[in-house]
Amino acid sequence: MKNTKESVMKGIFFLSACFSIIALLLIVIFIFANGVPFMFEYGFFKFIFGMEWAPTNTPATYGIFPMIIGSLYVTAGAAVVGVPIGVLTAVFMAEFCPPILYKVLKPAVNLMAAIPSIVYGFFALRVFTPLIRDTFGGNGYSVMTASVLLGIMILPTVIGLSESALRAVPRTYYTGSVALGATHERSIFKVLLPAAKSGIISSVILGIGRAIGETMAVVLIAGNQAIVPDSLLSGVRTLTTNIVIEMAYATGEHREALIATAVVLFGFILIINSIFLYFKNREAK
Amino acid sequence: MVTESPKIQVKDLKLWYGDFQALHGLDLDIPEKKITAFIGPSGCGKSTFIKSLNRMNDLIESCRIEGTIELDGRDIYSHKTDVNQLRKQVGMVFQQPNPFPKSIYDNIAYGPRTHGIKNKSELDEIVERSLKQAAIWDEVKDHLDRNALSISGGQQQRICIARALAVGPEVLLMDEPTSALDPISTAKIEELVAELKNHYTIVMVTHNMQQASRVSDETAFFLNGHIIEHGDTRKIFTNPEQSETENYISGRFG
Repeated sequence: MKNTKESVMKGIFFLSACFSIIALLLIVIFIFANGVPFMFEYGFFKFIFGMEWAPTNTPATYGIFPMIIGSLYVTAGAAVVGVPIGVLTAVFMAEFCPPILYKVLKPAVNLMAAIPSIVYGFFALRVFTPLIRDTFGGNGYSVMTASVLLGIMILPTVIGLSESALRAVPRTYYTGSVALGATHERSIFKVLLPAAKSGIISSVILGIGRAIGETMAVVLIAGNQAIVPDSLLSGVRTLTTNIVIEMAYATGEHREALIATAVVLFGFILIINSIFLYFKNREAK
Repeated sequence: MVTESPKIQVKDLKLWYGDFQALHGLDLDIPEKKITAFIGPSGCGKSTFIKSLNRMNDLIESCRIEGTIELDGRDIYSHKTDVNQLRKQVGMVFQQPNPFPKSIYDNIAYGPRTHGIKNKSELDEIVERSLKQAAIWDEVKDHLDRNALSISGGQQQRICIARALAVGPEVLLMDEPTSALDPISTAKIEELVAELKNHYTIVMVTHNMQQASRVSDETAFFLNGHIIEHGDTRKIFTNPEQSETENYISGRFG
């Protein structure tokens, strides 16, 4: 009797675990089955390195190179903005923050992660776009706007993981450093931070993964021109926004080209996650 | 025994962790270039006391101190004392070897760099001298770029001793430096400590009575936050004045 109950429960646990794996598999099958045939039909290199995206022309052209570059630009921009601020915030929270302030700061950072991205986008649309237009020129819908916004959006990821990486460093390293006459600051920056390096790099990579996949916030403020941006103030279209802008009305070949864009995006995410796992394993070792 | 002015002079030292009083008015003179051992059962205050000598207790927020500790006649708890300079003068080796996750070279060079030495050849010289003093140079000289965590525990502890020596301290505090090590590594460290006392004043906490009697010149016996007895090691171990000391060293408690 007890054995039957146990094996039934075991089965339920197993099915639950299978559910997410099956979901992942179905997603992979769906986008590859719909996207990959198009890529080969149209020409892989023509698709990846094509400079022109003009689905309504006859004949239509589907070059996504501007979007690949666009995604890389805004992601790099997000890292430039978000990583230093995020890592330094983590240092502050782990080593300098008075307990009373920590009680406010920690939930605030967690809350940042819970804000829907469309809200971030709307905020940036009303605040950053005019600010950048008035300060730097252009129309305000630009690589720079998207970078700053994404930089803010990756903060909770970078802060949270970097902070736990710092807290995981054995305290004996710190006391060893202080006992040699090093200051609190020097002990943190020369001993604790290097010791937490793998964890911090993981946090950065996960943040980058978040930035490259972000869609709804970016679509509001990036300008969305399918061109290779020539300056920080130039408009930009990313892989994700390319899909969301056109999916609603796309049919046939155009629709397949958008799914193929998702295949490319998926490739990027796979690369990023592999790098993440590499550093994660190094950290565990 | 010739009486000269002590290297460290402790007067009526009281220490609290929050409401708990851990040290009850200690008085102790620590002689220069000798080895002073602190013995006593767990929780008697000997580790707390040794950490007061380089103000490592400052890191514990609830810790409060009264009384004075003078190093060469200067009160180390005075407002004028630069804590980082004090810790340069009074080095420390911990119970668990705690090398940084850096190369052996960078471990030793960390202290000198902290105190402003940037010149490469000067650093090279300090690293070599410190490792030789810690009797580990021959074992590591060919792989100074190896991670210090990749060598054995006994070697790590000697790296930590070398790291402490590299900043040029006058006093070396050792908080149960061999309790995490095997007998062979322990013997090596004891031998090393005996050698080091020619140049440094050494204070050592130990749980190991044989160790205290083997290596130290003076011994202080701690019990419940008091120093019960202090004096020449041979006398403490052969002819103690207090019955508690005798009970402890003969293994009747602790």
